[in-house]
Amino acid sequence: MASRRPAKDQPSSFEWTSENQAWCDAQIKKYPEGREASCVIPFLWRGQKQEGWCSIPMMEVIARQLSMPYIRVYEVATFYTMFNLVPVGEFFVQLCGTTPCMLRGAHDLREVCKKVIGPENKVSDDGKLSWLEVECLGACCNAPMAQISTNAGDHYYEDLTPENFETLLNDLRAGKDVKTGTQNPQRHTSDPEGENTSLTDPTLYDGSRAQPLTEIPNATPPAPAE
Amino acid sequence: MLEDKDRIFTNLEGLHDWRLEAAKKRGAWNGTADLIRMGPEWIIQQIKDSGLRGRGGAGFPTGLKWSFMPKEVGDRPHYLVVNADESEPGTCKDREMMRHDPHLFIEGCLIASYAMKANACYIYIRGEYVDERNNLQAAIDEAYAAGLLGKNAAGSGWDFDCYVHHGAGAYICGEETALLESLEGKKGQPRLKPPFPAGAGLYGCPTTVNNVESIAVVPTILRRGADWFQKFGRDNNKGTKVFCISGHVERPCNVEEAMSIPLRDLINTHCGGVRGGWDNLKAVIPGGSSVPCLPQDICNDILMDFDALRDAQSGLGTAAVIVMDKSTDIVRAISRISYFYKHESCGQCTPCREGTGWMWRVLERMAEGNSTTEEIDKLLEVSTQIEGHTICALGDAAAWPVQGLIRHFRDEIEERINSYRSDRGHVSMAGVAAE
Repeated sequence: MASRRPAKDQPSSFEWTSENQAWCDAQIKKYPEGREASCVIPFLWRGQKQEGWCSIPMMEVIARQLSMPYIRVYEVATFYTMFNLVPVGEFFVQLCGTTPCMLRGAHDLREVCKKVIGPENKVSDDGKLSWLEVECLGACCNAPMAQISTNAGDHYYEDLTPENFETLLNDLRAGKDVKTGTQNPQRHTSDPEGENTSLTDPTLYDGSRAQPLTEIPNATPPAPAE
Repeated sequence: MLEDKDRIFTNLEGLHDWRLEAAKKRGAWNGTADLIRMGPEWIIQQIKDSGLRGRGGAGFPTGLKWSFMPKEVGDRPHYLVVNADESEPGTCKDREMMRHDPHLFIEGCLIASYAMKANACYIYIRGEYVDERNNLQAAIDEAYAAGLLGKNAAGSGWDFDCYVHHGAGAYICGEETALLESLEGKKGQPRLKPPFPAGAGLYGCPTTVNNVESIAVVPTILRRGADWFQKFGRDNNKGTKVFCISGHVERPCNVEEAMSIPLRDLINTHCGGVRGGWDNLKAVIPGGSSVPCLPQDICNDILMDFDALRDAQSGLGTAAVIVMDKSTDIVRAISRISYFYKHESCGQCTPCREGTGWMWRVLERMAEGNSTTEEIDKLLEVSTQIEGHTICALGDAAAWPVQGLIRHFRDEIEERINSYRSDRGHVSMAGVAAE
């Protein structure tokens, strides 16, 4: 189990922006009446996007909104590791360290993080960056990789090397635009580097597959055995 | 080798547009209403006949699972919940289906929901997949606007709503009852079964939980026929399957292939071979981090399907192939997996909560060589005390990789222990594993 504790310094209050309040009101409608508690994870996530992290006043506001005991919201916020219980950098780097990424050099990326950002889980002096080693992010065919979050979005950066990762972090810090997804120019997404070995047949894409079905296979049940 | 014309996911690699018009051109949403008009029994029978086994890891026959739902809707609504909480290390296939072929998947949600008489479906996608979630939501919005979802979805006469819900970084929510707990707004801790979800699942209502791939292949199976799907793979292991090959291969990738393809062909055909050649192969984890690894001699001619891998004391799992060449420190590689399970244990059952951390600490010492040969036996024994003694399969999943390591690479651990000892002259006793 991951041990997680809220920050010592908490803000005195939390308030949704009017846009986010409207978003919340729309989300509740996705669930049956009386099941509003289902919204707790989406709300905490939205709150984290608004503030950068999840504070205790935020949890209290969400508990009232969803008619849940406060402790239930606190329980959820501390259980799920994507909720930052302490402030993070403007660019929050989550470096995958699980075996598929480790096999392809995640250790070296950790050193890059230490060099460019500083110690793990500590915001850099300029407030721009912080980093954390996390468990498998599910982009193993593009290992090693990291997810970098800002208030505006959360993107994967894949096929990293110590060199391109260091450049990427420095570019982010300098406010430059960086390419998301794979950093390997020979790849598009999780296709193999270079020539593709599958999905090269042009008839898959020329519309011939969209011809109306003339018959449905096995539409008539076979005659029962005598 | 599977031909392109028999591949279901024609935009797996995202080289083409994922939006509705392009997806339709590739054959999605073709004749959906006609398929639905064939009736629920026909759909379920076709899926049974196709031999489709669940693609989420356990390999339970999908059609059979659907038939466990009550035949008629009583006072509680039915739900389909799709498990898109793809978190098994090595696995990255559902991600590609959701961001590159979302319409095939959404069409599958409609057909499967209709077959189980569900008017609503919740897709539980892992929290980290933010861009994927946005794509999927955009595709759903397009489908609503085109009348493919909502009232009289796709002209089928069935009212159907499809919602995207997301998690927040807990591997355990890939376990179906933990997923339901999480969807209800609680900590993701698995429920005791029975009752099974088909009896009392989401909000206490009849629910079926299926993996993304199991659902996304359904429309194509119905359009092309169960016998078409039956053409691929050995008996009891039918169909096509998306494999995720990562680790020490020249060109890691996701690829859809026929079931029962030899592992060696899979790696050599699509991944440019093992780094440094086949003889440089040390071990393969064939089905995601929770299945035991296999050494090279077994990998030489193993087939990639449920039964062949089970017979080799491993498993197909999610078909996430993690390749390790001879440069790999296999003890550290498995130890890292143990750390993963320690981190992801939900803490509900003592054997798992305490045992996962214990195994990790012992393995970390073993990776140094700071252990004894007797301790290897103790580690094996403890792993069997975790396996089968927990509410869900996370305990088993944590134990199996450790057992696989000891089964196939015990001599390597012993060698390391011996060399650690000979370097130091005398080692009185190994460190203790307690935290």
